[in-house]
Amino acid sequence: MSVAAPTAQKHETSKILSALASTERPEPPGPISTSFTFGWRALLKIKHVPEQLVDVTIFPIMFTLLFTFLFGGALAGSTVEYVQFLLPGILVQGVIMITMYTGTTLRTDIEKGVFDRFRSLPIWRPSALVGMLLGDAARFTISALVTITLGLILGWRPQGGPVGVALGVLLLLVFAFSLGWVWTFLSLVLRTSNAIMGVSMLVITPLTFGSNIFVDPSTMPGWLQAFVEVNPVSHLVTAVRALMGGTDPGNGIVLTLVSSAALVAVFGSLTMWRYRDPR
Amino acid sequence: MTDLAIETHGLVKVFGSTRAVDGVDLAIPRGGVHGFLGPNGAGKTTTIRMLATLSTPDGGTARVLGRDVVREADEVRRRVSLTGQFASVDEDLTGRENLRLIGRLFGYTGPGATRRANELLEAFGLAEAGDRQVKKYSGGMRRRIDIAASIVVTPELLFLDEPTTGLDPRSRNEVWDIIRAMVGSGTTVLLTTQYLDEADQLADRISVIDSGKVIAEGTSSELKASVGSGSLHVRVMDPADRAAAQQILVRELGVEVREGVDPAALDASVDSSTVVTRALGSLDAAGITLAQFALGQPTLDEVFLALTGHTAEPEQSETEEDAA
Repeated sequence: MSVAAPTAQKHETSKILSALASTERPEPPGPISTSFTFGWRALLKIKHVPEQLVDVTIFPIMFTLLFTFLFGGALAGSTVEYVQFLLPGILVQGVIMITMYTGTTLRTDIEKGVFDRFRSLPIWRPSALVGMLLGDAARFTISALVTITLGLILGWRPQGGPVGVALGVLLLLVFAFSLGWVWTFLSLVLRTSNAIMGVSMLVITPLTFGSNIFVDPSTMPGWLQAFVEVNPVSHLVTAVRALMGGTDPGNGIVLTLVSSAALVAVFGSLTMWRYRDPR
Repeated sequence: MTDLAIETHGLVKVFGSTRAVDGVDLAIPRGGVHGFLGPNGAGKTTTIRMLATLSTPDGGTARVLGRDVVREADEVRRRVSLTGQFASVDEDLTGRENLRLIGRLFGYTGPGATRRANELLEAFGLAEAGDRQVKKYSGGMRRRIDIAASIVVTPELLFLDEPTTGLDPRSRNEVWDIIRAMVGSGTTVLLTTQYLDEADQLADRISVIDSGKVIAEGTSSELKASVGSGSLHVRVMDPADRAAAQQILVRELGVEVREGVDPAALDASVDSSTVVTRALGSLDAAGITLAQFALGQPTLDEVFLALTGHTAEPEQSETEEDAA
């Protein structure tokens, strides 16, 4: 009971009173400021829980090694030959795979009650989610750097040079940010992390494997070619491959930006609609 | 403008086939502590979530500090703050980082947010724990950082959802002191609790909620008075005398005298203390020695029993969210 230290208790109460007496009401910050503040939170979480970087390093290393050596000899005659083709694609796949963790992270926030605290603040409502996705961009960048480094070790020589590689990564980050809204929506609709993971895998597997990441689609049956043609991941891979390879990306960049905008428009809106009253 | 902190008319929230909140009318004035008392699943938290704009009402209207919670949600959010089972801080971050985060989101500059965070850590006795991750805090520290996070910018109205559930008596007292300090500085507090003594200790006025409805409202004394009268508790020295004592009390008091669980105890509701004095005299004259007697107001537990037909103790453990 507080009788144990009555003076200390009084002291504390008066400090609370003076803390409450603060009538300071700073100017409300804008959407960009609050989004970046939430991005800072995501970085702080990486600092305190560095284990969450395991997936962004292990996934790309595993995929790159596995597919380079599994398919390299059969598909392109040599692994060095194949890695020239595969690396931009596997870079895209690695990042897309780890975007789905956004959904489970958000679900944890909802379950722990942090999310409701944020929703109760007088700020631009999407900023908690935008900031989360911005923080994830840091994880995606790490994944991309790991893949690029490993690729260079395996003999990948991008003709687009550092600028081409950087532009390719940038385009990938834009797409990953947009795809993140699919997972935020799922995590507001589905009630458990397991369900979110399950549905995410169902979406991601056809998106990545049903694309031009691993092989040239010209050998595929017609119906699969048709899917690969409309798959936004294919356009992204085409554009990233061209930017990094120093060739003409054609309409790949425009198509990727259009599909990114569409993802944000559709799933961003759905997310914010659910965000008002998530249960 | 209105002087009411909270005003609702026919507020309804439906989860599936459950009417979690079923037509709640409230008129809560500014200032002081208003208690929401009720068992688990009564609809307290769901009501607060709607008032704090976290959830949209399915029916009725609610105004908080004169602003509509649906149409003027931003205005409401600017003026209220909440703490409780559903509005927490980030366990992975340190206490200081959490407070700085909230400070930045309210528009403090970097150094300003740091200064405010330090001031609050100091005030809540968390200065030394400031750089530890919140998940390593004890229950009491955890509750204090939750409350500190709610007053980074002093709110006009603070929702406290079961602020002492699961705390040991010492931490509970600390939280009570904090709540009293906040009320002293002019903040209106809306407190939900399933503890009768907490409502009794802190709340100026209490709304008793059961099955999504407000079933009674008033000061603690008014609620007690509405049940009737005070109550007399008697323990006889020798349990063998209880039957005789009961007969005498029934004759003298003219009311029903209940046998307590304790084989020596008797309870009765009484209207005035004069009949009690006479009854005790008769017991003495009959040679029945009393171990103890007490004349008091009914407890809120008795009030709850009288109002709802069941006690306030949680009968089922499922939370309100599970009803969704």
